[in-house]
Amino acid sequence: MSDWIIILIKIICALVWFLVIALYLTWAERKESAVIQDRIGANRANIWKFRVIGLFQPFADAIKMIFKEDFTPSFSRKFLHNLAPFVSFFFVAITISAIPFGDVLRIGGREIKLQIVDFNVSLLFVLAMLSLGIYGIILAGWSSNNRYTLIGGMRGAAQLISYEVALGLSLIGLILVYPSLKLSAIVHFQGELLWGWLPKWGVFLQPLGLLIFFFAALAETKRVPFDLPEGENEIVGFFTEYSGLKWGLFMFTDFMEVLIVSCLLTTLFFGGWQVPWLYADGFHFPWGGEWLLPHGIVVAFQVLAFNLKVFFFCWLQILIRWTYPRFRYDQVMDLGWKLLVPLSLVNIAGTAILLSLIG
Amino acid sequence: MIKALGYFIEIIKGSLITTRHFMVNMWFHTLKLFRIKTKRKGAVTIQYPEEKRDIASRHRSLHRLLKREDGKPRCVVCMLCVTVCPSECIYVEAAEDPDPEVQKVPSTFIIDLSRCCFCGFCVEACPEDAIRMDTGQIEFAEYSRDKLIYDLEKLTG
Repeated sequence: MSDWIIILIKIICALVWFLVIALYLTWAERKESAVIQDRIGANRANIWKFRVIGLFQPFADAIKMIFKEDFTPSFSRKFLHNLAPFVSFFFVAITISAIPFGDVLRIGGREIKLQIVDFNVSLLFVLAMLSLGIYGIILAGWSSNNRYTLIGGMRGAAQLISYEVALGLSLIGLILVYPSLKLSAIVHFQGELLWGWLPKWGVFLQPLGLLIFFFAALAETKRVPFDLPEGENEIVGFFTEYSGLKWGLFMFTDFMEVLIVSCLLTTLFFGGWQVPWLYADGFHFPWGGEWLLPHGIVVAFQVLAFNLKVFFFCWLQILIRWTYPRFRYDQVMDLGWKLLVPLSLVNIAGTAILLSLIG
Repeated sequence: MIKALGYFIEIIKGSLITTRHFMVNMWFHTLKLFRIKTKRKGAVTIQYPEEKRDIASRHRSLHRLLKREDGKPRCVVCMLCVTVCPSECIYVEAAEDPDPEVQKVPSTFIIDLSRCCFCGFCVEACPEDAIRMDTGQIEFAEYSRDKLIYDLEKLTG
């Protein structure tokens, strides 16, 4: 019984974290783009004249989208048209269940893993769910019964499927290095030290894999350098026929994808919740120093480290979105098939040879 | 492949530019939060209703009708402004003035601001220097069109 309650609490906490951070990513994107472009950004939304640097803006946006007319075109396929945004939302939202936020938390003789479910193939699960998100796009493009949305949907499908290849192949090197598909085990492996001082993070062991994964993941989020399914100034994209809250759901899914990509980058390549040289009983520095900490503070450090890393990658992705112009469609395909896929194959071969030489 | 590498270097350079902008602006925003170096701003934005730019002295703003010493409008109803107005937004009606030196005064002088394009031709055309556009007032948006029809009282007042 109490196990169920714990799982329920974990689901609620993780989902609230996920949705709130994704909500505030909309605010962060506005503010960061403004600061990059020497502007100030949205700061007018207020509650009783309290502005707090525009922190109420996401709520104002949400209220606006809820009260807009939810228009379904008469020529669309109604059921699929209504289903599509929920499909793409669901498959992104469910991935959070496999992300480890921290190590075990011990309360009253009970060990709680700070992860909703810790199953053996969580890495495959995350990749599979992210790929299933394509169905939302294709369905939206197809069921709107509009040529441009169909072009957008097909572009989205082609782009996501071709980058899925590079995304999967780039992670094989990682799986060779950390022999597990369990995300929590991968994070545990990254806590070990190389040559006694360097933490075994993916970024040090798989730099090429990180690069390929990062590019492929950027393409997966369908944001600006790779926003061909949307293509604001040419085809307007797969959600042209959506309005109100359903359109908002597509938009929100984009931000959730940014967040989940940040979570994956952190977990796979930057040590997840690991803080360098922090063990279960405190810091053991490679130069011999020690700083012992109680269990609760260690867990707090881990969760904080995970959050900070995730925020950093969200920041980086927003920076990329506001720096680069869009690729042309053939350039995207070239980059995917001619550069990233061969490079990821090279990465696999190189990693395998090195590992067999080391033994 | 070499070409791709060249692109890659340029991509990194581009991201460094935006990162520099972000860091510098954030630094000055943060300093301002602690009331240090408030002169250097982190953004070029003028936050309009609270902060306003100075209006140039030759800026064409809301019209006004000038008065003589005795308080009557200077306008002699020569109809030049009405003739020259490209948007046809001025309507003037004449009345007789007891003073034989003046002869005519406007009994109605209406400018329909919802039509006015602020070209300033009426000011140029006026031989009596009776109309000017130097009030410096630029905020007169209204919720209904009939409130934008300015009559003699509003223009002289």
